[in-house]
Amino acid sequence: MRVNGAVESLDVQPWVSLLDALRDRLGVTGPKKGCDQGACGACTVLADGVRINACLALAVQYDGREITTVEGLASGEELHPLQAAFIRHDGLQCGYCTPGQLCSAVAMLAEHRAGMPSAVTERSGELTEAEIRERMSGNLCRCGAYNGIVDAIRDVAAQEAR
Amino acid sequence: MTTKYAETEQRQAAVKHVGRPVDRVDGRAKTTGEARYAAEHRHPGMAHAALVHATVARGRIESLDTEAARAVPGVIEVLTHENAPPMKPAPKRSLLNLSSLASGTTVSYLGTDEVHWNGQPVAVVVAETPEAARHAATLVRVTYRELPAVVDFAAEEPNAVQQKGSMIQPAGGDKGDAAVALAAAPVSVDLRFTTPPHHHNAIEPHATVAVWDGDHLTVHESTQHIAWLRRHLALRFGIPERAIRVLSPYVGGGFGGKYAVWAGTLLAVLAARATARPVRLALTREAVHRTVGARTPTVQRVALGADAGGDLTALIHTSVAMTSRIGGMPEGVVSPSRHLYDAATIHLRQRLVRLDLLANTSMRAPGDSVGSFALESAMDELACELGMDPVELRMRNEPARNPMDGKPFSHRMLREAYEVGAERFGWRERDPGAGSMRDGRWLVGMGVATAYHPSMVMPAAVTVRMDAGGEVVVRCALQEIGVGAATVQAQIAADELGVPLEAVRVEIGDSELPEGPGAGGSAQTASGAEGVLAACRKLKESALALARRSPDSPLRGRRLDDLEARDGGLHHGGDGETYAAILARAGRDHLEAGGRTGMLKFLARALNDRRRWVKAACGAHFCEVRVDQDTGEVRVSRWLGVFDIGRVINAKTAAAQLRGGIVMGIGMALSEASQVDPRTGRIMNPSLAEYHVPVHADVPPIDVQWLDVPDPTMPLGLLGIGEVGITGVAAAVANAVRHATGKRVADLPITLDKLL
Ligand code: FES
Ligand code: FES
Repeated sequence: MRVNGAVESLDVQPWVSLLDALRDRLGVTGPKKGCDQGACGACTVLADGVRINACLALAVQYDGREITTVEGLASGEELHPLQAAFIRHDGLQCGYCTPGQLCSAVAMLAEHRAGMPSAVTERSGELTEAEIRERMSGNLCRCGAYNGIVDAIRDVAAQEAR
Repeated sequence: MTTKYAETEQRQAAVKHVGRPVDRVDGRAKTTGEARYAAEHRHPGMAHAALVHATVARGRIESLDTEAARAVPGVIEVLTHENAPPMKPAPKRSLLNLSSLASGTTVSYLGTDEVHWNGQPVAVVVAETPEAARHAATLVRVTYRELPAVVDFAAEEPNAVQQKGSMIQPAGGDKGDAAVALAAAPVSVDLRFTTPPHHHNAIEPHATVAVWDGDHLTVHESTQHIAWLRRHLALRFGIPERAIRVLSPYVGGGFGGKYAVWAGTLLAVLAARATARPVRLALTREAVHRTVGARTPTVQRVALGADAGGDLTALIHTSVAMTSRIGGMPEGVVSPSRHLYDAATIHLRQRLVRLDLLANTSMRAPGDSVGSFALESAMDELACELGMDPVELRMRNEPARNPMDGKPFSHRMLREAYEVGAERFGWRERDPGAGSMRDGRWLVGMGVATAYHPSMVMPAAVTVRMDAGGEVVVRCALQEIGVGAATVQAQIAADELGVPLEAVRVEIGDSELPEGPGAGGSAQTASGAEGVLAACRKLKESALALARRSPDSPLRGRRLDDLEARDGGLHHGGDGETYAAILARAGRDHLEAGGRTGMLKFLARALNDRRRWVKAACGAHFCEVRVDQDTGEVRVSRWLGVFDIGRVINAKTAAAQLRGGIVMGIGMALSEASQVDPRTGRIMNPSLAEYHVPVHADVPPIDVQWLDVPDPTMPLGLLGIGEVGITGVAAAVANAVRHATGKRVADLPITLDKLL
């Protein structure tokens, strides 16, 4: 398995979740555990660029795959535009949902670019605020930083469009 | 974003960082995954623990079979009341030792065969891996001799007893004869409200990593009160406080749920002691619901009488809430009715039922959040009865002094908040008729409600150190639960010392630091600020004293009060000196200052303060909902909150706190409820799949504004903002739904079945 570009080889029992493998075995603690049952999105990571709930995935299923966690978003010292935008728009409070929100947002923008519709998609296909809210609804934030998160994503989407 | 409603001249002159929308100092750590939360600390040889929960509400353990659990490969120990080392009993509650309030329950975990609630931990499995612990926990077999248990809150209402008041929190009160006045009132409403239990559901579940080194204990914990936790652990494990270190630099949300000490923390420490291994106990979401108390359910009656012009002649507000036989916090449910309206007569009572359930605890704005739902819904209903605009009704009854006792408000700008809000929200466009506003299939409704939350200050010990290079370190064991604890204190210290923000580093989250206040009661920022201001002043005094020793110093003969701290030093007009110059001349490499308030002194001052003033943050919520005409689905489509919260330290983090409260209030209004099985006392929805907190799609852009006028009695004039946001929210939603549909929903949450 490649995690954030580095090859990691790991001997785990078949029942170990990808989330526990990352957090407990590899010490990659960016992905968070909020519910361990697919309900909160705190564990969201990218598997070959696609967002998944790592708590619902078994580590062995991802043998040989490329996993990106929040730790892998920045390039060196330079933050990913979404990370910088989250800080600027205060899209976080306690920070516990933040890694999941960020990974989810990265993949969500890619999904939208690839033309994947959501339940609220209008013909124009424009990335409206309603679109973002709909597509991000798998990521709970109990601190209620939703407005800042949506603003951050819109900001980055607009930058990309330019 | 901020309404600069009024600014004092002094503020404009002195402020450089306070009030600005400064980015969080820990933003980078939190967005890169660098920030480590409690469960993410690893120690060599660390083992993992999992809990086994009782499945009866009350009884005694008859038998325990741990054999199958012990046979699971990797299991190190299965602790039960039969083999666990003893813990000392929970301390008796006392106002002189506030940390005695830290006990979540009074139960001796694994110290007794008695079961006090359905979910109580009856065994702890310790294993080499989390998976083995979790699996083995499912194999522990327990049988019980069940005893009769009282678990049905609704059924117990007739057996409720009067709640006792305390010096800090009165439980009832009368002004005149409200019953007589109500009967005589030409216009009146009399409503019964219910609110269900709510669970904090911080996204980070509670977690503890406990490491014993001989008689020395290190605990990585997710806590809202480092000092209480340390004191509590010292008591329960019979070791001195100084032998314990609590580390809690990042807390993944709290909302009251991490204020007290709950079973998981104690059992992790116990398990580590019993197995002589570092132990991590990260609660599952289910275990959080089963072992961490929630907000009490309530039943409330609000009856209002008014004359034809809308002046309140009678206000009756009574409540029933719960505590548990094993503890629990009696809530001040009717508290908003003490402060909001100038009624000629008032009758307030709070009653309690004691149940065989897990002890309830504080959750964001205890008392006020549920109490404001009832009072502010009733006010709306009265406005409907009177045919009067609900804003106008509130303004007619806005008191000049505290209604119950005539004490002055230290500050109250609710009227201004409504004026600003009504204008900004377009309240005048509201057609008052129920169901009169439509947008296609949606019935549109607009509602208002008042937010109100008392302000207070707790003792905080703070030290400030400045080195010759100009670096400033502020130290205080504050908790960062998302409020920007370090960020705001850095802003305050930078201004107070007149140094750049970048020069200030704030160390928090460690019991080795000077003792901080808890992150609760909306008091952390004000309490920390008071400590920071005092320490900075002392530091400037020492700097000035050093300077005055030298005949060459331009500060010679000056008093601190004549000087201005700016540009990295102390100045008087064009004359002045930098701290660096003062230190260099004196041959010193640093200055340090600090102090703390003793508990007795603090209590004396707090009581004196209470005698003189009523202080609180308040605000006006404006809400617009859309209700589907066929399905009854409610969507919140617009929100404005205008708040009187005194001075704002950081426009970004303040807005976040207020919005966060409103979001939680929207959850309370529309979806949140812990469901307790009335037969067994078991929580039936202990998960985020079945306990519905608001998601992105539920939350519209929330406009928050503040008046930004400092309170004259609070440190820096700030009133505390963590809780005021949630108060009144559920009522504003209910009132908007009433406007949209003509239906008054008095039982939370407002689910669509109640609108069909
Ligand atoms: S931890 Fe995976 S969805 Fe909650
Ligand atoms: S920032 Fe705390 S849960 Fe989202």
